[in-house]
Amino acid sequence: MTKQVLVIEDEPNIVAAISFILSRDGWTVGTHTNGETAVQAVLDAKPDALILDVMLPGRSGYDILQDLRAHDVTRRLPVLMLTARGQRTDREQAERLGVNRFMTKPFSNAEVVETLNELLPG
Amino acid sequence: MFLGQKQSALATAVGISAAYLNLIEHNRRRAGSKLLQDLAQELKTDPRSLTEGAEAALLGALREAGQRMPEIAPELHRSEDLAGRFPGWSALVAAQHQRIRDLEQLVEALSDRLTHDPELAASLHEVISAVTAIRSTVGILTGGGEIDPEWQLRFMGNMRDEGRRLSSAAQGLVEYLEPGADRDMAPVVPGEELAAFLDQRDHHIAELEGLDDATPEQVAARIDALTAQVGGLETSAAKDVVRHHFQQYLDDAVAMPLAAFQAARAETLGDPSRLADLFDQPLPAVMRRLAFVPAWDDHQDVGLVSCDGSGTLSIRKSLPGFSLPRFGAACSYWPLYQSLSRPGHPLRTVVEMPGPTPRRFLCQSVCLPRDALRFDLPPVHEAFMLIEPLDDTRTGGSDGPVLPVGSSCRVCPREGCAARREASLLSADAR
Repeated sequence: MTKQVLVIEDEPNIVAAISFILSRDGWTVGTHTNGETAVQAVLDAKPDALILDVMLPGRSGYDILQDLRAHDVTRRLPVLMLTARGQRTDREQAERLGVNRFMTKPFSNAEVVETLNELLPG
Repeated sequence: MFLGQKQSALATAVGISAAYLNLIEHNRRRAGSKLLQDLAQELKTDPRSLTEGAEAALLGALREAGQRMPEIAPELHRSEDLAGRFPGWSALVAAQHQRIRDLEQLVEALSDRLTHDPELAASLHEVISAVTAIRSTVGILTGGGEIDPEWQLRFMGNMRDEGRRLSSAAQGLVEYLEPGADRDMAPVVPGEELAAFLDQRDHHIAELEGLDDATPEQVAARIDALTAQVGGLETSAAKDVVRHHFQQYLDDAVAMPLAAFQAARAETLGDPSRLADLFDQPLPAVMRRLAFVPAWDDHQDVGLVSCDGSGTLSIRKSLPGFSLPRFGAACSYWPLYQSLSRPGHPLRTVVEMPGPTPRRFLCQSVCLPRDALRFDLPPVHEAFMLIEPLDDTRTGGSDGPVLPVGSSCRVCPREGCAARREASLLSADAR
């Protein structure tokens, strides 16, 4: 059974690239672009891992992560957070909220694949 | 007052504005030799007597310049000798010291802007998003492995779109950053247009003084004319903010007419609570008046900040040595914020700003409900803090401990501060 990842990102061309490389690596990829409905999308999709952008329309990735950590079913969901802001305070905020990995844009394709495979080996 | 002559009358006699004369009097502007002669003639005194203050300022600047780099161990006790024997070189050292301080403030403001300017943040986000998409797509197209022709076409199209987007975002950034020194510190949000306008006038609006007997139509016309002078007000919301400020200034000016206020200010030594009592006005109105009318005689200029319950600064009149953050939040230790938690309880605190030569200021702050109290909504509080520079001889009437504060975390060098929110650009950690 293939592993499922949900990509929550509002930039369509970044979504297309990430979806392609992860699909090629054997992942089943779902996508979502709206911050306001993101938490429900995760609860509905029940992915094995989540790629979450910080700056989303409607709601920030930090708020979404905070809500996910409050739900029993998503409390331990592996989350890779993507952001254009790489300041230490941003990373610290994400870590405080329980992120598993934090990656600043622009990233390489290999980095994304490797990180996700580290989060969900096998 | 100059030798019994009113500041405004003297300014008119020598052909300059009262505000400019006030700046010269407090050594914030240098008077040329012709102006000095005119002033001396008008005051029937020797021009040299007018430069005594400037000499004291020069010595002060030399000592400050020396204290900036104690490791060089300049002979501070011989500053007077230096100024006497080499006045030109001394003036150069003082001018360079001032220039360094100005540039430091510019760096501070620019770094503040880079961190918090929404327009710049949005532009950079656009650039980074386009670069990310391009990098990822190039990685796919050049990374080897089979790619379905349909996907290939799609990725080529994405590359083209992102290339255009990057080009446009980069062009926007260049246009934003390029216009040069004049634009460097130009306002970036509507509220700042008003701040820039007020800074130019040292917050004093002569056009709104003496309108006690004006009709509502005359007042409205005067406010409209002033609003038109504030550049870059594109939205009606921005114009409303500006009109509100002018209306409030006018209300204060009518309640505390300039001449009477100046006289009372001299008599009470600028004590806000005594002035509030004399004019039967709330403390915030008196604080605004103290900060917005020209300083009287030997009184130094005072600064003022205000904020609402969210901590957002609205009035910002800074002072040399007490810089205010252009964007974002200020130092949590400012008495202004302590006042928010103690409404109706005026606080008088001596604070110290960090720097090569730490400076002390008397901060008098108070928080009151902004509007009439209502049963259906919680009160909106507004806090005001009057800032007065102190020197070694003045304690500001406060026997309490001196509170170490800063401008904002981003540019504050204090280490181990319990209120720190983010690393300082000036700390080793941030470098």
